[in-house]
Amino acid sequence: MDFLVFQYPMITLQACLDGILLGVLFALIAYGMALQWGVMNIINIAQGDLVILGGYIAYFMYLYGIHPAWGVIVAPIIMYFVGIAIYKLVINKVVDRDLFISILATFGISILFMQLMNFAFGADVVLANSGYGTTMLFDNNVVLPNSKIFSAFISIVFAVCLVIYMKKSKLGRAIRATAQNARAAKILGVDTEKVYAATFGINAALCGVAGALISITFTIHPYMGLPYTIRSFMIVIVAGLGNLPGVAMSGMGLGVFEEFADYILGTEFRIGSVFLLLVLILVYRRFKLSRKREYLK
Amino acid sequence: MRLNKIILSFVSALVILFSTSVASFAKVVGDKIILGAAISLTGKYSSNGVHTQNGYNMAVDRINSMGGVKVGGKTYKFDIIYYDDESNPKRAAQLAERLISQDGVEFMLGPYSSGLTKAIAPVTEKYGVPMVEANGASRSLFTKGYKYLFAVLAPANLYLDVAIETAVELNGGKPVRIAQAFEQDAFSQDVRLGILDAAERTGSKIIIDDKLPKELNDMAATLVKVKQMKPDVLVVSGHTKGALTAIRQIAEMKVDVPMLAMTHCDAAKLSKQHGKNSQYALCASQWHKSLTYKDDFFKDGMTYAADFEKEFGYDPPYQSAESSAALLVFKDAFERANSFDQKKVRDALAATNMQTFYGNIKFAPGGQNVDKPMVLFQVMCDASGSCENKVVAPLKWASAKLIHPIPKWSER
Repeated sequence: MDFLVFQYPMITLQACLDGILLGVLFALIAYGMALQWGVMNIINIAQGDLVILGGYIAYFMYLYGIHPAWGVIVAPIIMYFVGIAIYKLVINKVVDRDLFISILATFGISILFMQLMNFAFGADVVLANSGYGTTMLFDNNVVLPNSKIFSAFISIVFAVCLVIYMKKSKLGRAIRATAQNARAAKILGVDTEKVYAATFGINAALCGVAGALISITFTIHPYMGLPYTIRSFMIVIVAGLGNLPGVAMSGMGLGVFEEFADYILGTEFRIGSVFLLLVLILVYRRFKLSRKREYLK
Repeated sequence: MRLNKIILSFVSALVILFSTSVASFAKVVGDKIILGAAISLTGKYSSNGVHTQNGYNMAVDRINSMGGVKVGGKTYKFDIIYYDDESNPKRAAQLAERLISQDGVEFMLGPYSSGLTKAIAPVTEKYGVPMVEANGASRSLFTKGYKYLFAVLAPANLYLDVAIETAVELNGGKPVRIAQAFEQDAFSQDVRLGILDAAERTGSKIIIDDKLPKELNDMAATLVKVKQMKPDVLVVSGHTKGALTAIRQIAEMKVDVPMLAMTHCDAAKLSKQHGKNSQYALCASQWHKSLTYKDDFFKDGMTYAADFEKEFGYDPPYQSAESSAALLVFKDAFERANSFDQKKVRDALAATNMQTFYGNIKFAPGGQNVDKPMVLFQVMCDASGSCENKVVAPLKWASAKLIHPIPKWSER
């Protein structure tokens, strides 16, 4: 254990800011997962792989001399259609089945995507350089890479746009209606089939944005998707479905938690601490639920 | 009655299939010596798997075209049966088993990576099949008492200890303060052990000792500590991902450290992916084309690099060079043993003492090559931003002078 993080206030501040910037990005991926989980009752294990595919789109733009930041516009457009294609080929066949079938199906998609990306793009670790520079604060004691600030900013912009879209647009209202009660929505004339396809497409598009941002802040590799799936799953579990402010808060909370776990326990326990937190939260929720049940009795 | 017929024909088909496969792939068929190799052609190690395969193929073609292998007055040619191990240790062990017990292979070449070599070694050892491997450097491979395992490369613990010794030397012989971050895999942890040994030898102090997870994509926390505690040397080893992440974040966070030593720089194509940001990084390498070792088949490093590029279209990484060297070792051992008896070939391998374009090769009782030091190169860039790896240590092969300490980011 190392408590250096608490000895220097600047390190504490650095950890908090790093965590928040990271958390906002996670929250974007998690929001896509929450959306389709809520609407279609599907837990998408391939979420992280969609993120990585989005990252490769930005990376290839970078290779061809286009600034990778444009990936946040191009990747979601391409990924939207990838999402629709996945829906038409696989997801529409499992959407009404139980959760276990959908987990198996998306697990299969995840493996397929990993292998296809490995086959198409090779197994090298790659990244796109944004050349955005660094922001120094407090006499150079707190350092924030501008690429991370850019990522967080873009994530917030997309999240806000999505909230407005869900509230104001016809499709957004149809999606929300289907999430509340698919049968009733169908009776009232909502084409749920189209809603499902659009939801999966929007989720894939959000993954595309996140992937493009990850390619300029971190690194991408065909087999790196799973940690992103796990993190978004974790955020959704904590926040609950259809609760965007909750997803944002839990995303940032998880980001900060990860950073502190990294400083105190060591980098090797970073992902492990996320799992531990997941178990604790599930146990706590069960405990709370059972107390409620007693009360009802 | 009908069912019996079906079963009978199925069983006889299997018997025929099995017997033909054994007959066609025996150890030495006609004028061919057949070697077996499980290589990662798909999966996460596939890039380096392909480098390994290209290295093997290049040497097979060269040896065959230059007269082959002479055993018992007869000339033989090399041939290799490859299987794809999917970068999976369990699959690699199964394939080794299949190569030996089904295909009848009696001599093996190694896979890519320490992890996969560790999975295969118990199998080759069980069957007494000599294996010359070129891509498993983990120290634990050489402490298990394997008798049939021979590695042409230097063990992992020697990768970066030269860097620590150089840092101490440049510090006027006084101990230095070391910060280190290593991935938690067999290879990187062995590199770490080497640093611990070097630190103890030189009286240096380790002030940061972080372990990086396999899913590493962020080492900002380690770098914040480095900024705060200002060590003399920062050592990072986490395969290509570790090298790329470290350089990106060191540049973004403007971390000033007098010496930065890493592994996997050329596999990560550091200078290509990061350009000037990777400047001054010190990298451990098994081989560099500018080294002046010589042999009859590839002449020297420069010629090897040129020939390799002509055939495969890229500059050879050290993974390819060491794989080619493995074939040269086998050829030499077969000729000295003058036999295909596995025990005799094994003894001949153990007595190897030769020079190849890749370096001198002489095996310790554990199987590791003890006659080839590691080299350190430094990424150096010119004003136009094009970067090159130049050997800076050991001094015997240095083509440039080490730049130390690394200039501060504010002065670049």
